[in-house]
Amino acid sequence: MADDADRYQHGEAHDPLVDETEDAREARSAAARLFDIRRVIGGLFVAYGLIVGLMGLFDSTAEIDKAQGVRINLWAGLVMLAFGLAMLGWQWVSPNRPPEPHRGDEP
Amino acid sequence: MGDGLRLNMNAVDYVILALYFVTVIGVGFAARRAIRTSVDFFLSGRSLPAWVTGLAFVSANLGALEIIGMAANGAQYGAMTVHYYWIGAVPAMVFLGIVMMPFYYGSKVRSVPEYLRLRFNRPTHLLNAITFAVAQVLIAGVNLYALALIMQALLGWPLWVAIVVGAFIVLAYITIGGLSGAIYNEVLQFFVIIAGLVPVTVLGLIKVGGVSGLMDAVKGSKLGEAGLHAWQGTGGTDNPLGAHWLGIVFGLGFVLSFGYWTTNFAEVQRALSARNMSAARRTPIIAAYPKLFIPLVTVIPGLVALVTVKGLGTEEGDLVYNNAIPLLMRDLLPNGVLGIAVTGLLASFMAGMAANVSGFNTVFTYDIWQAYFKRDRSDDYYVRVGRLATVAAVLIGIGTAFIAAGFSNIMNYIQALFSVFNAPLFGTFIIGMFWKRMSALAGFWSLLSGTVVAVATYLLYRAGVISFNSDLEESFWGAGLAFVTVAVVAAVVTPLTRPKHDDELTGLVYGLSDASLADDSLAGDAVWYRSPVLLGVVAVILAALFYIPVF
Repeated sequence: MADDADRYQHGEAHDPLVDETEDAREARSAAARLFDIRRVIGGLFVAYGLIVGLMGLFDSTAEIDKAQGVRINLWAGLVMLAFGLAMLGWQWVSPNRPPEPHRGDEP
Repeated sequence: MGDGLRLNMNAVDYVILALYFVTVIGVGFAARRAIRTSVDFFLSGRSLPAWVTGLAFVSANLGALEIIGMAANGAQYGAMTVHYYWIGAVPAMVFLGIVMMPFYYGSKVRSVPEYLRLRFNRPTHLLNAITFAVAQVLIAGVNLYALALIMQALLGWPLWVAIVVGAFIVLAYITIGGLSGAIYNEVLQFFVIIAGLVPVTVLGLIKVGGVSGLMDAVKGSKLGEAGLHAWQGTGGTDNPLGAHWLGIVFGLGFVLSFGYWTTNFAEVQRALSARNMSAARRTPIIAAYPKLFIPLVTVIPGLVALVTVKGLGTEEGDLVYNNAIPLLMRDLLPNGVLGIAVTGLLASFMAGMAANVSGFNTVFTYDIWQAYFKRDRSDDYYVRVGRLATVAAVLIGIGTAFIAAGFSNIMNYIQALFSVFNAPLFGTFIIGMFWKRMSALAGFWSLLSGTVVAVATYLLYRAGVISFNSDLEESFWGAGLAFVTVAVVAAVVTPLTRPKHDDELTGLVYGLSDASLADDSLAGDAVWYRSPVLLGVVAVILAALFYIPVF
């Protein structure tokens, strides 16, 4: 069991139930293994951008007329593609730093 | 509902929708490997960066309430709908981040009800834990029902198939991936919702001749000039919302919104999963920024629908206000972006329901099961309880989905629930945090009597005994009365009962807290643009400035 004393400022209220789960977290948490969501967002939006953008290239006049004369598929596709690539780029430029080691992780 | 709303979905639209469903479940599975302890399951191991928790915070609120309900309000009440964002959300979100989060995050409580257990006593805690749990499954049912109605109307799926599919997907990713699964999907859902709403808004505006064309057309609609003003005409109740400015400022802007945003665990949970105090405090404030802009993609489509869809605003059928956005999607979107928009709508319902379910499973496990039934079990045991609670919540949600069917406007139904549960809770919290003398018994009686007053006001109004100009006005007044009751009871009971010792309250109340000094900051947290106070003040100023064009 981890030492509770350093979790609280001097004299701060303790609660045994909170302590138990925090002890478990500090000793065994696997949260550091969580993947980076930017990869998933980037991937999905690149796929959406390609699908919708390609449709936009082949839109019929009827479809363009329905959308008030705007090639909405093409535009939306390009924007989503750019957004998806930006997310992937962001992850590539600044990858997730591993979280600060918990006290319990120390050898 | 007839075939009037059926969208002409083609194979590509279904591919887009299927890709989303697969991704969402995949995120749940991928988050599974990061779960070893109960805090990993219920609070993402308190490890997430602020932009993730912030977007999840706003997304958790983007359920049926927001997209469909606010577009409906936009069509019905016009520009006054922005009150729900700029005065009815942003100030409360900023207050949560700056003032209240140090108590929540600093005391390491695992839920909002748990704060009450430490600050007051177990009866107060149990009362709140149970009302919260009941409210969450009811609201999860509302979200699920709204999801199923939309899938039935737009895609032609039978109601029960839509309910089962929607419920199953949410169930899968939360049971498997825990809060990380829910939060990661909420961030994804946020972007998909926006991607779905922006094309409808842009094409709608082009159709009515831009912003000036829209304003001219609204003047000629049944809303008239009043549909373009948020504050003019609020000196009395002769305005579309039927609300006096006092009701808007104190009822909506103070009691209702502070009640919802600062004590609703389904929201606060996102901040508790942040990786440190700085990130926790920034969570609701980062969420305030998208919140400022969301009326652009809800209220504007609502107004566009009002002026372009002939006969919108019937009591029932295809032309009810709630169909404002689906009708525009049908009229304006070609296949491709149509698939994105449908996916965005379904994403919004799932985000809302998932927030309710993940809030419920945590409170049920930590605050009901662990605190009152099986106290000394292993940490793994509580993860299993949490998974079972998730299954139970979804099953009950399916059942309660049908309760929602009796109300014409989903929004008002949810509002009524909030006024019943949140306003007295907020009163108890805020007084308890800032008045350390308030006794444990006073906490219990304040919360109970405030809740009774709120419920009674609502029931008397429903029964026709007392009358208000609108359902919304009822919720303003119900919330306000509940708040006053809490304050009066606290003031009367406290002097008659024993105070709590200072050492039981350190970190929980104002003046006995060094919680905000706890140094868990990461490199870079100190830069000026990560200051919660600065970010918060800027958000509030922006909200005030945004009112200028629609004053």
